[in-house]
Amino acid sequence: MSDLRELYQQVIMDHNKRPRNFREIEKANHLAHGNNPLCGDKLVVYLKLDGDKIDDVSFKGSGCAISMASASLMTEALKGKTIDEAQAIYEQVHKSMTGEETDRNLLGKLEVLSGVKEFPARVKCATLSWHTVHAAIDSDHDISISTE
Amino acid sequence: MSNLNINAIRADFPILHQEINGYPLVYLDNAATSQKPRQVIDAVSHYYLHDNANIHRGVHKLSQRATDLYEAARGKVRQFVNANSDKEIIFTRGATEAINLVAQSFVRPKLQAGDEILISHLEHHANIVPWQILCEQTGAKLKVIPMTQTGELDLTQFDTMLTERTKILAIGHVSNALGTINPVKAMTEKAHAKNIPVLIDGAQAVPHMTVDVQDLNCDFYVFSGHKMFAPTGIGALYGREDLLNAMPPYQGGGDMILSVSFEKTIYNELPAKFEAGTPNISGVIGLGAAIDYMWQVGIDNIAAQEHHLLEIATRKIESLPGVNIIGTAAEKAAVISFMIEGVHPHDVGTIFDQQGVAIRTGHHCAQPVMEFYDIPATARASFAFYNSEEEVDALINAIQKTQELFA
Repeated sequence: MSDLRELYQQVIMDHNKRPRNFREIEKANHLAHGNNPLCGDKLVVYLKLDGDKIDDVSFKGSGCAISMASASLMTEALKGKTIDEAQAIYEQVHKSMTGEETDRNLLGKLEVLSGVKEFPARVKCATLSWHTVHAAIDSDHDISISTE
Repeated sequence: MSNLNINAIRADFPILHQEINGYPLVYLDNAATSQKPRQVIDAVSHYYLHDNANIHRGVHKLSQRATDLYEAARGKVRQFVNANSDKEIIFTRGATEAINLVAQSFVRPKLQAGDEILISHLEHHANIVPWQILCEQTGAKLKVIPMTQTGELDLTQFDTMLTERTKILAIGHVSNALGTINPVKAMTEKAHAKNIPVLIDGAQAVPHMTVDVQDLNCDFYVFSGHKMFAPTGIGALYGREDLLNAMPPYQGGGDMILSVSFEKTIYNELPAKFEAGTPNISGVIGLGAAIDYMWQVGIDNIAAQEHHLLEIATRKIESLPGVNIIGTAAEKAAVISFMIEGVHPHDVGTIFDQQGVAIRTGHHCAQPVMEFYDIPATARASFAFYNSEEEVDALINAIQKTQELFA
């Protein structure tokens, strides 16, 4: 059960129960739909970009605790960052979930997500929002992505 | 209570005796696939060690032995579902392929644009998508018998949905997502009163109850081997002989022909007409061994043990606060779909697995059922006769630990 406590840490449980930035952005200029058909997780990521700066980022949707917490933590981490900074964080998160060396300064609070590396079947839950925000940044129109 | 000695039964299933994450394996995902007794594993192994050859062609000894084993298994399947003749048993890859076969070879030639295919809201995707493909091909319409909050079919609606344009009624015997046992015999009688042929998807029924196709009086009955203790990749179609005889072949190839020339090919007789190419011989032999095993245990004993497990598990889950059972039909197989309040089923699956309890979480290939209840997924525990009362307690314990973790 110790791996479980590692996965379902207080931070994860808190962000699952009270997800941050769980709303639409009315004037979003980038938006993407993320979908994991295997478990039914669905979310929409809204972005307001000002040049290469992330003015605002939010999400709505439903899913397991891991996917909800990951999306919530993501919005906190990316708000106010530049696209290049966001990209660097994205890469660190990805590394932390696959057990690679990471830069703790860049990762910060997001390190709690690395617990999924012991649960291969759940990595996709944690990465869904990150893939979706990536797609939203890259595309200037509504786009759908699927992790399965 | 049943008359089974569970410890003796469990000794027949080598896979059950292992630890998962430091806990004894509690396998409650039988509706997805069942485990295989040593008798089935040995039959497949013995075939490859001693008898392997292609069937229906060689004059050599091995080919004769393989052919005899293959056809003997057909006889067992015939007896298992009480068909009239071995010619009415077609081996397929599983229930899915059997439904596709009936859709394309039996229904398609009769269909005109505007005709109707009647299924139900409870169906597994395997009994939805082949009919949707057929509708796209022909312009026919898919009609769906509605379900009720308890997870049963709305039979009043059903009566009005059998029309002159209905070309087939295709329904599941037992719902894989909820466990509901549908009144297929009465429904078949009503469809037949209007000359509508009936296909029953028995994938979730044959592992748990005696099935008699003559008593049901259905036209087609399909099932998969892997859910009834046989290997994956093998299943069977029962079809009424006169219907099968009148149908064109589903696939062309070797074994399904009497003679081939570039001008004219003569198709083989039943059942070979529908078994193109070298079949899954070891799978068929494994299926025969699984039937032998079920007969040895006794299908009534299997049903009694599973009913006992369903009753005690239902009672115990109902007594837990914050847990809701989805699907509360009066007649149920040993399947319990449930939701733990405040915990997504996917998290439930991971937490259970950490305690060695294997259940299914997700939409169970029945997304319309999930949409009906407006939920993305459920957690589902499904029992087999080799499950014990202690394993029911392990399930209850896993639910409570999940609630503690999410408290």
